Amino acid sequence: MTVDEVKIGGLGAKRRRVEDSRFIRGMGNYVDDITLPGMLHMEILRSPLAHARIKSVDASAALAIPGVQLVLTGELLASRNLAWMPTLSYDTQAVLATDKVRFQGQEVACVVADDPYIAKDACEAIVVDYEALPVIVNPTQATANGAPVIRDDKENQHDNVIFDWEVGDQDGTDRAFAAADVVSELELHYPRSHPSPIETCGSIADFDRATSKLTVYMTTQAPHIIRAAVSMVAEIPEHMIRIVSPDLGGGFGNKVPIYPGYVVSILASILLERPVKWIEDKTGNLISTGFGRDIYLRGQMALRNDGKILGVRMHTDSDHGAFFSDAQPTKFKIGLMHAAFACYDIPVAHLTARGVYTNKAPGGVAYRCSFRITEAMFFQERMVQAAADDLGLDQAEIRRLNFVKDDDFPHRTPFGFLTDSGQYGKCLDIGLEAIGYEDFLKQKEEARKNGRLLGIGISTMTEPLGAGNSREYDILGIKMFDSAELRVHMTGKALLRTGAKSQGQGHETTWAQIVAHELGIPADDVVVEEGDTDTAPFGMGTYASRSTPVAGAAVSMVSRKIRAKARKIAAHLLEVSEEDIEWELGRFYLRSSPDSGVTIQECAMAAYSNLPDGMEPGLENNAYYDPPNLTWPFGCYIATVEVDPLTGVWDVLNFVAVDDCGVRINPMIVEGQIMGGLAEAYAMANMQFITFDSEGNCVGSNYMDYLLPTSWETPGFELHEVVTPCPHHPIGAKGVGECATVGGPAAFVTAVRDALKGPGVRNIDMPLLPDRVYEALTEGHDVSGSPPVRTDL
Amino acid sequence: MYPARFSYEAPETIEAAVELLGGARGEARVLAGGQSLVPMMKLRFASPETLIDINNIPGLAYHGADPDGTYRIGALCRHVDLEKDGDLGTLQPTMAAAAPLIADPIVRMRGTVVGSLCHADPQGDWASVMGALGGSVVAQGPNGRRSIPCVDFVDGPFQNVLEPDELAIEAFVPAPVGTRAGGYLKLERRVGDFATVGVAVSVEFSGTQVTRAGIGLTGVGASTICAGAAAEMLVGEELNGDNIARAAGHAAEMSQPRSDHRGSEAYKRHIVATFVTRILSSLQRTTQEVA
Ligand SMILES: Cc1cc2nc3c(=O)[nH]c(=O)nc-3n(C[C@H](O)[C@H](O)[C@H](O)COP(=O)(O)OP(=O)(O)OC[C@H]3O[C@@H](n4cnc5c(N)ncnc54)[C@H](O)[C@@H]3O)c2cc1C
Repeated sequence: MTVDEVKIGGLGAKRRRVEDSRFIRGMGNYVDDITLPGMLHMEILRSPLAHARIKSVDASAALAIPGVQLVLTGELLASRNLAWMPTLSYDTQAVLATDKVRFQGQEVACVVADDPYIAKDACEAIVVDYEALPVIVNPTQATANGAPVIRDDKENQHDNVIFDWEVGDQDGTDRAFAAADVVSELELHYPRSHPSPIETCGSIADFDRATSKLTVYMTTQAPHIIRAAVSMVAEIPEHMIRIVSPDLGGGFGNKVPIYPGYVVSILASILLERPVKWIEDKTGNLISTGFGRDIYLRGQMALRNDGKILGVRMHTDSDHGAFFSDAQPTKFKIGLMHAAFACYDIPVAHLTARGVYTNKAPGGVAYRCSFRITEAMFFQERMVQAAADDLGLDQAEIRRLNFVKDDDFPHRTPFGFLTDSGQYGKCLDIGLEAIGYEDFLKQKEEARKNGRLLGIGISTMTEPLGAGNSREYDILGIKMFDSAELRVHMTGKALLRTGAKSQGQGHETTWAQIVAHELGIPADDVVVEEGDTDTAPFGMGTYASRSTPVAGAAVSMVSRKIRAKARKIAAHLLEVSEEDIEWELGRFYLRSSPDSGVTIQECAMAAYSNLPDGMEPGLENNAYYDPPNLTWPFGCYIATVEVDPLTGVWDVLNFVAVDDCGVRINPMIVEGQIMGGLAEAYAMANMQFITFDSEGNCVGSNYMDYLLPTSWETPGFELHEVVTPCPHHPIGAKGVGECATVGGPAAFVTAVRDALKGPGVRNIDMPLLPDRVYEALTEGHDVSGSPPVRTDL
Repeated sequence: MYPARFSYEAPETIEAAVELLGGARGEARVLAGGQSLVPMMKLRFASPETLIDINNIPGLAYHGADPDGTYRIGALCRHVDLEKDGDLGTLQPTMAAAAPLIADPIVRMRGTVVGSLCHADPQGDWASVMGALGGSVVAQGPNGRRSIPCVDFVDGPFQNVLEPDELAIEAFVPAPVGTRAGGYLKLERRVGDFATVGVAVSVEFSGTQVTRAGIGLTGVGASTICAGAAAEMLVGEELNGDNIARAAGHAAEMSQPRSDHRGSEAYKRHIVATFVTRILSSLQRTTQEVA
């Protein structure tokens, strides 16, 4: 009688993704697939200059073009108090520029027309008179004496510094350094990149003049936050706003912020009382929406001669572009940068951070990571590597020596986080075994004698995934919990809704598996819906690997509430008291006579047809889950590479990933997430960066210049797993969507640098383009900073 | 994609196409594979008033050798046609090496060799291949046909010497003197990326002796560089370490790269020399093995 959990698609089932059937048949429903009657089209005119005063905007020629319905300028928005909007980091951002443009690609005006061709023609007919201003493209320029103040719109802003922030124990750290045998130092740059989902941003605003209700179909990872924000900014009552996030063609953090295009399309729809569609083009997406990284890091590590780490100092100089619109928890200025070094047992550390404005696009989104953790872990691993080099220690051994031990959890990190669980040494051992560590070291020596350059790089890290708890994590004051609502119909089929929003993570598949695990209802009998604020329960959305830790936990909890009610119904059906029955997957039975029982489906039918006296009918419930802590997965990534000594081109020979993300709900989806994450890690190390010339022109504004690796270049990855269940998550799962992106880059960079190792080369900054590797190799010096850009084009 | 407004013509003969080119008001552009023109129209870098689509003209998709050994490529021969031609490796080794390195499979399905030559992108691969092989473009205008050697065909970045009313109908390469060997190497950051540096080498041998040689360089100048002088140093000699090094050095000198985010000027010159050396050294090995 027992139900086989894997057969019904429960925990551990490698169930095929149910959403894929519509995606691969071209039957997904993305924002751009939606057409409403009477719909108009909006196009944005963007600034060609990075920093300039706007002297005038003349839209008369545009308005004269037949088919043009409306031209919106900063001036028009200002008259409605909408020219500026709040950001997710308590700053303001221009919706349409009024006084100045502050980055290339900034939104200057919008045209609404009968079709997108006309809208585009009309944009070209708008005449903007700019007076160019000096341009700032990096933190050094931003903080130089006499630097022009970019944000002169803000009353008390007299320089370009956004924040000076610190965390940790400065005095304690100073003492640790005083007692050190050796101090290692490192400086590096994590270049700007862009999440670049294949689907760009877009919206269709539909203000219904009959009901005054505003419906917005939009590309957002966090529809409920958007509803709240629109309500506050546009002063529309929250119950009169419905945000629908349909299928999303990727997000990677890019679709968390609120962009001017959304806001202007809403205003246009209200003004014109017609639906207005805005679909951003690829260049618009790359040059104006939330980027990732762009940060200079430097630090020192206090060490004992045997490799024991005694303390760490870190400083970051982050470039936030023209508006501070990082999407991050309120309490922290530089995301969770201070999660660095969490997997090592380090007594004390101190971090200082300075953020600046520059004439570049704003953003600072968590590009496939939990708020700046990618930078934190990259720095951590490169710093550990530098220490190993300085002390002449083996890169595996220095890590093993400093790891938090298996029986030392929960462990307080030097910056105050509490890591929950892990088996770091075991993961490293599996990785070393899989890559053939000892053999490779010998091979490397042999190869070197023949002029071949081989290298190996290890990266190990644990990271906090799944914000909040609500004590410490909020965005704009809204606490970071999440929710699920489950309705079991009378035939035992179910509808599950959560406050998260899948953008490719496979929630429709995974959430149903959690229900199957908790209730024994086959996963195929559970349909999952997300993204419509009129139907989904309130939630903070999907980013920072928080869905499984938070919304996934809520799915468990709501299923357990349903089970508790079903148990009462079962007792009624079996005519015994609740204490006399037991639960096995999918069925309650009599302890005294296990053959007598009722299935969950029978309980569901009874909930609508045969209830105990006085019981409320139906079998539905909801749950809000406020996690007690973040979840702490661990990853060990090892790359081996060969560098061509004559060209600097490098190839990956082997790559091993050992991931411990706790209990795996759908192992196939987990592996997919890791594969995807590693592809992005490789991308970052190798080619995926956005840079700017001295005029602030964005180099990387299309896919010929902004390189995403294809399946052709991307190496194969060998995956291994370790399972340390999360002690505080209802089913023991941890976040996993981002580990590989976060931990992967350092493995590639360390491997390439290892291949070159000779006197002098301590650092090559990403991207490791062949010419940079060749320079390090032949000149024997560091290659730092962003690749230089031709300015004469 | 939302290009500016244009009118569209789809002639079915070469003559009709030429007539349309001559009679068009404003800027008229030929549409072949569309793999360069359409992206430019999308970005509105190009806004032609008339598009003359030549894809409906029969009999232009050919490629192959005449009885006398002249190798002809029609205006509608796609990159993929060369890539998939199993005999090309023996007949045209430089082309065979280059074809699979052009763009990505999707672009290769539509893009044409002749279109690439007309487009005159300094980073286009075919121009240096044709330059190394001493190829020419055949143009047809209202007054008939003329052949234009590839070295003279391009007169600047994205500029060719065709008259507004001329259509390029084929490219051809003269018959080899002796056996033909060659190769193409391309440094790219990613598949589908244009070349940081591309090097085409063609050598014709009588026995082990070089009878004719050509070198073409992609991406290291304002237009494709035909490093003929570097190649000519090899004529009459057997390939050896010394003359290979000299030719490689000379080719590097003839290149005119600029520093950018793909690499410094010095690095690009170094890659030119490295690639010339790599191709010639492998030809040296194979010719000497055969001999
Ligand atoms: C993503 C991508 C990657 C690419 N990568 C590479 C690469 O790595 N290497 C490379 O060499 N190329 C690359 N290309 C360009 C590609 O090879 C094009 O196919 C080629 O440059 C143009 O050929 P076409 O037939 O598509 O020409 P079209 O785009 O149709 O035309 C190009 C130009 O030539 C003119 N033209 C075309 N045919 C004729 C003719 N018969 N007579 C007169 N004028 C004509 C057109 O009017 C137009 O100005 C890439 C293109 C893309 C989109």
